[in-house]
Amino acid sequence: MEDVICTFCGSVCDDGEFDAEKKKVKKFCRLGSAKFSEKERIKAPMVDGKEVSYETAIEKAAEILVNAKKPLLYGWASTANEAIRLGVILAEKLRGVYDQCASVCHAPGTLAVIEEGLPGATLGSVKNRADVVVFWGSNPAEAHPRHGMRYSISAKGLLIKDRKQRKVVVVDVRPTKTAKMADLFIQVKPGYDYAVISALRAILSGNADVVPSDVGGVAKEKLLQLAEMMKNAKYGAIFYGLGVTQSRGRDRNVENAIKLIQLLNRTTRWVIWPMRGHYNVVGAGEVPAWEVGYQYAIDFSRGYPRFSPAEFSAVEVLKRKDCDAALIVASDPAAHFPAAAVKHLKQIPVIQIDPFPNMTTLLAKVVIPSAVYGIEAEGTAYRMDGIPLRVKKILETSYWTDEKILEEILKRVEKLKG
Amino acid sequence: MLWIRNGIVIDPKNKIKAEKMDIFVKNGKIVPEGEVRREECRVIDASGKLVVAGGVDMHAHIAGSKINTGRTMRPEEMRVVRNVAGKFRAAVGRVLLTAPAIGYEYAKMGYTTSFEAAQPPIGALHTHEELDAIPMIDKAALPVFGNWHLVFKCIEEKNLEKLKALIAWAIERSKGFGVKVVNPGGVEAWMYGGNVKSLDDQVPGFNVTPREIITMLIKANEELGLPHSVHLHCNNLGVPGNFQTTIESIKLAKGFSNSKRQVLHVTHVQFNAYAGSSWRDAASGAAEIAKVVNSMDNVTIDMGQPIFGHATAMTGDAPFQFTLHKLTGARWSNKDTEVETGAGIVPLVYLPNNPVHALQWAIGLELGLLVDSNKVALTTDYPNGGPFTEYPYVMAMLMSRKMREGELSKVNAYVQKATGLASIDVEKTLYEIINMTRSLPARILGLQNKGHLGIGADADIAIYNLNPLETDTSKDFEKVYKAFKSAEYTIKSGEIISRNGEIVKEVFGRTFWVDARKKVDMEAVMNDIRDYFQYYSVQLGNYGVEERWIKKPERLEVV
Repeated sequence: MEDVICTFCGSVCDDGEFDAEKKKVKKFCRLGSAKFSEKERIKAPMVDGKEVSYETAIEKAAEILVNAKKPLLYGWASTANEAIRLGVILAEKLRGVYDQCASVCHAPGTLAVIEEGLPGATLGSVKNRADVVVFWGSNPAEAHPRHGMRYSISAKGLLIKDRKQRKVVVVDVRPTKTAKMADLFIQVKPGYDYAVISALRAILSGNADVVPSDVGGVAKEKLLQLAEMMKNAKYGAIFYGLGVTQSRGRDRNVENAIKLIQLLNRTTRWVIWPMRGHYNVVGAGEVPAWEVGYQYAIDFSRGYPRFSPAEFSAVEVLKRKDCDAALIVASDPAAHFPAAAVKHLKQIPVIQIDPFPNMTTLLAKVVIPSAVYGIEAEGTAYRMDGIPLRVKKILETSYWTDEKILEEILKRVEKLKG
Repeated sequence: MLWIRNGIVIDPKNKIKAEKMDIFVKNGKIVPEGEVRREECRVIDASGKLVVAGGVDMHAHIAGSKINTGRTMRPEEMRVVRNVAGKFRAAVGRVLLTAPAIGYEYAKMGYTTSFEAAQPPIGALHTHEELDAIPMIDKAALPVFGNWHLVFKCIEEKNLEKLKALIAWAIERSKGFGVKVVNPGGVEAWMYGGNVKSLDDQVPGFNVTPREIITMLIKANEELGLPHSVHLHCNNLGVPGNFQTTIESIKLAKGFSNSKRQVLHVTHVQFNAYAGSSWRDAASGAAEIAKVVNSMDNVTIDMGQPIFGHATAMTGDAPFQFTLHKLTGARWSNKDTEVETGAGIVPLVYLPNNPVHALQWAIGLELGLLVDSNKVALTTDYPNGGPFTEYPYVMAMLMSRKMREGELSKVNAYVQKATGLASIDVEKTLYEIINMTRSLPARILGLQNKGHLGIGADADIAIYNLNPLETDTSKDFEKVYKAFKSAEYTIKSGEIISRNGEIVKEVFGRTFWVDARKKVDMEAVMNDIRDYFQYYSVQLGNYGVEERWIKKPERLEVV
């Protein structure tokens, strides 16, 4: 089968070739290939560790959710839009909280969008037009292995034909694998991204004289060099990663970078875009945005959506012990959340829907295994730049899809609530 | 089955001017009396009430990446709660609404159809997901063509057959409805930080001009015989002096004719109707545009009326959006899309005491008043000019000089010298207003079963608490406004979905798409498409939307 779509990272490569006999996929990177190779699965639905039927597990899940005063519905970055939509509707119906993985990842970027907007482009625009690409606090060589080849570093575009016609810059706190491929590497002292961006803005607005000789560990000469490159670019792109959103300054770093882009667009063309992680973390924000107005950290306890990241993101809700049940879909908060949050998760009934066992499985009361989107199930996912792709079913399975499981839970919940 | 008794019907398509009559509905359609058994009908007593077809919004931005980025960028818009979750979905939004709120608000107003006016073809699946999430109404989307490299190539080669095949292919792949053109050539120029300034500017990197793009797209569209004409957002939008470009663009329709409809629809003309050389001396060019539109029988327009208050500018016209950002200092989102198109989003507020905003407001009304009511449809270019929920305000204003005088006294006096609004004594009749919001937009779009109440029409019906025989729309504008704000009944495909401005039943409408594949030789373009896909970031095989992914698709085949 051709044109197979990878459901691992935010690059969502769609040119895979799947050999059904060998159960192997060609063209994908090692991360994608690993996703498409066989691995340990949750065997069957379980309640309190005992194997049960899907129907029984769903019945129990619905009961837990309906009896909860304020359930937390969290995860969603590695499932399809169809399932996410049902999750949002379920959260609304239950007067619970909807939150998704971005709240511990790229959400500061969303806050920056609220402050300044998002002057961006699709990856296809960058591939065809960008003569300068800057990776800021992102490391595609390891996190999005085919990004460079398909869209950014060595992509063969219409106007920019190959690597030779493109300059690549890496700004990071350490010499990463991507930095080795760059024309210019700028090493910033951890926590100094904001200052470095401000210095670039000062230089580009004609105030180079106020910039000291060293900013955040970067010599002024290097900053002047980068500013010159930026100014002379015909079409430049900044791809930022967690190095920017999860270091000191967080959303303010991104906001500052967007202001830099606004400035650059007064004389040439520049765009900025986040390097999103999970294959459909964009969908986990876009779907609730059209259904209820916000991307994440949404509380429905009043019967209508309210957005407040400092209150309603999953970690905050758990730390405050402000939820009395949790539905975790396609995520592993038990492994990734702070100890104080996990502590509360251990004390409340947890329902997990996931194809694969993980740390969260160990503390879940109800475990419902599901089909893997892109391999065993079809559904819509948004690539990191928002381009929608319909991921495919290439193998038969007896596992239910997240969509079917959530649809059944929603039906049961509606019935129980009367 | 429904029997709507004794209503006063206005149905411009069927030339019914406020006649007392009964309407019968069966299986979602309007049927002759003989086809129903009266005793089996649910009877609606519409005595003394206005009975009209459901409203048709022919140009609004209701679904897709633009409005959704707008929502993400503007959480402050979402703090107006319109419905608390219960029997129906939670619905929130001030001007930018969530998908459920869009459906509910249209239904409350007696509107039953709305078209998403600009869809980047590669993002079609997202647009359709959002359209599917909008309850209550029928819908469709118009893919954009005016800055697509493949379109430029066909035009450079002057290869009409290839262009026709490309259009048929793209509309089928995106499950779209027609040919939308946004600032032809200008968005491509923006990729280098520029714009085009006249119909004869060359598009950077291509041997084509906006004039050639518009003309050849009209030609292709007409040869394909699509239900809708080319739908044009003109060059130079938002630039003082642009009314000249608009007139020149309108005149490009000369030489084409179609017995069923216009051959060119020019959209949200208010934004393209400015005289003057800068915002210091800007004035209205509406009268000149109206003169040209009225003199031609193959062009229609819609208003793009600004409503004072909050709005969000979102268009495929990316260079204009950047200009707006520089002008206001507001947040700015931009999306350059492959080698297809672009877009931008900027928050906006229209203030009555701001001379430019007051000017825009007056120009919109001038267009609505001066253009023949069979050639101008009522829109706010939602959410660019403001909310669609204020259509009743625009309707009432067009019908009442007295209301206009009251409103004029509240806005910046600059409009008195820069526009002719104060001296316009035209008062549209209720019949004309029903035409501008029903029959005309349906005819412009080529929807034969919409916008009227003749036999065989879709049973999309609005009943308003307004007796046309007893209401003086010129004096009773408050009553008119109130009546149109919340329909007494809104009926969608024969089902009562809203009563007195309250949702009573949630339904999901159809998504129309046009299939013109039989009209072309697809091989004429497939080699070019295959070749071009090396520059895309997705595989050709993964591009597009299948019918089975859409909730309720309805294919309109062009033969």
